[in-house]
Amino acid sequence: MTSAALKPGLFRPNLVRQAQAWLLLLPALIFLLAFTHLPTVSTVWNSFFSTSAGTPVDFSTENYQFLLEDEVFCQVLDNSFWYAVVTVPASMALALAMALWVNSKLSGKAALRLAYFTPTILPMISVANIWLFFYSPEIGLFNQILEWFGSDGYNWLGDPDLSLPSLMVMTIWKEAGFFMIFYLAALQAISPELYQAAEIEGASRFRMLRRITLPLLMPTTLFVLVNAILNAFKLVDHLFILTKGGPNNASNLLLYYIYENAFSFFDTAYAAALTVVLLMILVVLALLQFGVLERRVHYR
Amino acid sequence: MNKSMDTSLNPIPGEGIKAGLIRLAEWLSAIMAWLLALIWIFPLLYAFWAAFHPGEFATRFDLNAPLTLEHFYSAWQQAPFMAYMFNTMVITGLILICQLALCTLAGYALARIEFRGRAIVFALILMQLMVVPEILIVENYQTLASLNAIDTYIGVGLPYLASAFGIFLLRQTFKTVPQELEDAARIEGCSELQIIRKVYVPLAKPTYLAFALVSVSYHWNNFLWPLVVTNTENSRPLTVGMAIFGAPESGVDWPVICAGTLISVGPLLVLFLLFQKQFVQSFMRAGIK
Repeated sequence: MTSAALKPGLFRPNLVRQAQAWLLLLPALIFLLAFTHLPTVSTVWNSFFSTSAGTPVDFSTENYQFLLEDEVFCQVLDNSFWYAVVTVPASMALALAMALWVNSKLSGKAALRLAYFTPTILPMISVANIWLFFYSPEIGLFNQILEWFGSDGYNWLGDPDLSLPSLMVMTIWKEAGFFMIFYLAALQAISPELYQAAEIEGASRFRMLRRITLPLLMPTTLFVLVNAILNAFKLVDHLFILTKGGPNNASNLLLYYIYENAFSFFDTAYAAALTVVLLMILVVLALLQFGVLERRVHYR
Repeated sequence: MNKSMDTSLNPIPGEGIKAGLIRLAEWLSAIMAWLLALIWIFPLLYAFWAAFHPGEFATRFDLNAPLTLEHFYSAWQQAPFMAYMFNTMVITGLILICQLALCTLAGYALARIEFRGRAIVFALILMQLMVVPEILIVENYQTLASLNAIDTYIGVGLPYLASAFGIFLLRQTFKTVPQELEDAARIEGCSELQIIRKVYVPLAKPTYLAFALVSVSYHWNNFLWPLVVTNTENSRPLTVGMAIFGAPESGVDWPVICAGTLISVGPLLVLFLLFQKQFVQSFMRAGIK
């Protein structure tokens, strides 16, 4: 490379260049270390100490023993699992359908896109306030609609069997439009020539979808999948408005339980142990994304 | 030869049915698309309906219902929306400005300087994509308490000032800038920072816009962390204010809550409607690596 040889930067001692790199990175690294890496390490560290009863106990696994005996924790973990298992595939499937519609020849797609995407930009807290009215027992919209059909309606958020599914429905509504965007981007990146070639060969629409579109969307699907699972674990804003984890923890999720332990029960050591569980789930997710899946899926 | 021409002129009887079925499927698909769109926009439409009509129409649809602004008036009276809105704007702006500066510097270093440990540093930065600050609320709260930054704008912003997402996006963009442009600027005697400002930043404008829109909508809507670190109106953003305002204990009725909700999402909604295309494209750009 002759142009590289001409570069004055190359004549400078390499050490200066290295120092420059670190100086440029320094401000960002300080904040990342202070608010991501160090807290991660100290969470693990603190989870081995007890803060209960005011007397600092020596290094122990007490918090983790309690974790195994804590029935609420088991329920919260179970809830979080089902919450992710239901909301992630449902919102992804809807997102894919939305993207296909918005990307098709339907008239008025701009309006469709606007409708699908709007929930994404609204704050979870605000939409939860609106949905709280939809779900409310007597005057709520859902029960009024059911009344037309002669049903007494349900106590959506107060019934232990219905509170978590009610949260799921709202989450799917909130998230689908966001994931649609990623699918839309991927769809627009697919070369139209592929479809033209398929058309010449007489392939049906359904066949094109199955043999061209879906395989080419695989990398996006995995990207969205990991992000959707991540969101399912980190987004608990609506719980503060709709159920507060109740009734009797029937709709409690892991991050909300961490919040409760730290800021309502003031048991920070136990909250740290719970955070470690959440971190481990995230590590598994990260390994899944960067390890197994990325190596398996190669279409580009 | 003759036969094949015949079939093209008179399609076999099955073809007509098939074409009809395809058209029917397209029809059904379009209806479903619009039905879904209606469900998706309905909560917002409902909020508008309830907020602009007298209380008795909150659960009753009537085209002749009179319009009113009373709910907006009482919402405005019952909560310090001005203060909340101001706080949200300051926090969102503060975070965005710092993010842009820090991510530009870090993104440039990672994209264009070869230094020892670059891969490790990059991996450490990407960790924040998974371990988002919300998850570490317990520890981060204690850090901020020790800094005496509870209930301040800085406190709400600090954990977000360096964004792995922003660094990643800018690094990818900077990598596509032709090396010759940088070399030319260097020959003209530009310093490192001048090169970043005059060569890289102008060329990455679409990325900056994409990141800015994503960041603003994220922090305008962020709730859990602000809830934890704010105590008073001095720093409480709209989301936390809305959660208190809408709580059943505060005894506010539905239309007023809807009016308050519209006040709180108003600016963002207007921004979104004005720049709808940029919004969607920005989210798309941010989504593709």
